Amino acid sequence: MAANQIAGKPPIRRSLRRIPMSSNRKTAIIFFAPFFILFCIFIVGPVVQSIIISLTNYDLIQEAKFVGLNNYKLLFMDDEIFMIALKNTLVFACIAGPAGYLASFIMAWVLDGLKFRTLFALAFYAPSITSGVAMSVVWLYFFSPDRYGLINNFLINSGIISSPILWNQDPTTILPVSILIQIWMSMGTGFLVFMAGLKNVQKELYEAAAIDGLKSRFQELYYITLPQMKPQLLFGAINTIAGSFGVFDIIVSFAGMPTPNYAGHTIVAHLYDYAFIKFEMGYASAIAVVLFVMTFVIGRFFMWLLRD
Amino acid sequence: MRDGIDYRQKGIILIMVKTGIHIRFGRKQITISSKRVWLYMFVLILVTFTAMPLVYVVVTAFKPLDELLRFPPRFFVERPTTRNFGDLVLAVGSSSVPFLRYFLNSVYVAVVTVFLTVIVSALGAYAMTKLDLPFRSALFSLIIAAMMFPSQVTQIPNYLTVNGLGLVNTTWALIIPKIAVAFNFFLMKQFCEQLPNALLEAARIDGAGESRIFRSIVFPFLKPAWASLIVFSFVSNWNDYFGPLVYITSQAKKTLPLAIQSIAEGGSIARAGAMAAATFLMTMPTVIIYTVMQRRVIETMAHSGIK
Repeated sequence: MAANQIAGKPPIRRSLRRIPMSSNRKTAIIFFAPFFILFCIFIVGPVVQSIIISLTNYDLIQEAKFVGLNNYKLLFMDDEIFMIALKNTLVFACIAGPAGYLASFIMAWVLDGLKFRTLFALAFYAPSITSGVAMSVVWLYFFSPDRYGLINNFLINSGIISSPILWNQDPTTILPVSILIQIWMSMGTGFLVFMAGLKNVQKELYEAAAIDGLKSRFQELYYITLPQMKPQLLFGAINTIAGSFGVFDIIVSFAGMPTPNYAGHTIVAHLYDYAFIKFEMGYASAIAVVLFVMTFVIGRFFMWLLRD
Repeated sequence: MRDGIDYRQKGIILIMVKTGIHIRFGRKQITISSKRVWLYMFVLILVTFTAMPLVYVVVTAFKPLDELLRFPPRFFVERPTTRNFGDLVLAVGSSSVPFLRYFLNSVYVAVVTVFLTVIVSALGAYAMTKLDLPFRSALFSLIIAAMMFPSQVTQIPNYLTVNGLGLVNTTWALIIPKIAVAFNFFLMKQFCEQLPNALLEAARIDGAGESRIFRSIVFPFLKPAWASLIVFSFVSNWNDYFGPLVYITSQAKKTLPLAIQSIAEGGSIARAGAMAAATFLMTMPTVIIYTVMQRRVIETMAHSGIK
């Protein structure tokens, strides 16, 4: 239909007026199509598919049977390991998320206007672009569970402890150390966004505010900088949520899978276990849907909180 | 007060308690006021802390075996050597796949994915911001919504799709699902909005077709944005662990994260050197790419807010 409309219009009008909408629209659709098709196949479609599969007992071998909300019932009523994973993920996300977010904001704020900013930024940002798997080698050196470990060595030498702490085997230390590693690795994207956002803040506003009687830099931050940076704060928050709820490889490469007493078991670890080790796709999809709903609701909440 | 001090020499650093720090490189002079010295100290300490594990990766890669295994452990290298890299080439693990193969697999997957995601996102972003794309606000909300959940949510249906297409255990399984990424599209779209309409109008009046406009005006204009996508997409694909873990079964097609994990699990002491070298080779490409592109990335991020 769109093609007919172009053909129906005399060529002179094209040069006099703007390009007819129909031609423009056709190009738009053609240009948008490659992204949109892949986006539907691998992101939008799968969310819907996950919801459908989660209502069945699909296991790759037998034909899927509709089981209603049975998977969800099992998940929340009978699966104690899932409850541990849920608790761990929440503890993890609620500590590592805000801590990484705040640290990267404070760092961006402090760096704004300092000299050698790019150099400091590189040293601060670089950890977040390293591979969690590769860096586990380093963390295992720092937190090695024997006397060879840098931290154990230091603690023993300074007389704080007498025998080495089993950092990656002791259920009480696995999660805290993983959180520390995650914070170290997660200060990236948010930091860049905040740095760019701070550069955008109109500097005249600070002068105006100084005349109006704002004194400290903290007042400046609260009354001028933060409100102006809402869009960047939101972008940072959304990235942080997706990152901290999806934690998996850091813990696996630091403490193995499954972790002792499931101390470092997360929702994604549970999902991986059921989907790609036990091949219970229906049940695993229910886990995926729970993860989806959780992150989506929290993301929506932040969109509401930081709306313009 | 400062006029009395002669710091015309090259690269001189003067630390004055009252006037602050003056650093001079040739003609350039940098002065840090004494009030701010404490701020710099704070930042320096923090940055030392965050950069320490990375510095450790670099120094460890050049440690000879006896230094790697020394007790008590030492942080820095004393007698640097490149032997570990030689050991790494020889360390083939349980099967007969040389390390170089994993490295090239990773490079191939990351480069192809980055190339495709840049093109596809740029085309889509242009269509959404500057052309008359129907339902654009609804589509944009959908894309923002897709940024909110971790990618593992869609892993099961994606596995079934990739399996259905017969792509399991091929490198395409690692590439195709990673092309249309909401985060990449979002950055590209926000940056594309800065493109002046007048420029496009002028080109259209001159009779340029849309594909020509895209090639000669839009794509060059988006340079900072695609430079950023090169960084983000390369980093996430280079480091991707979950994807190859799920899709790749044959040793010859594995990428670096899996290879490193299997070297680590081998756990033999003789491998410590190879492991240190592997970690170095796994870590450095992302850091180098980011360093080269840093300025453009920050330029792009200035437009990244969600309004």
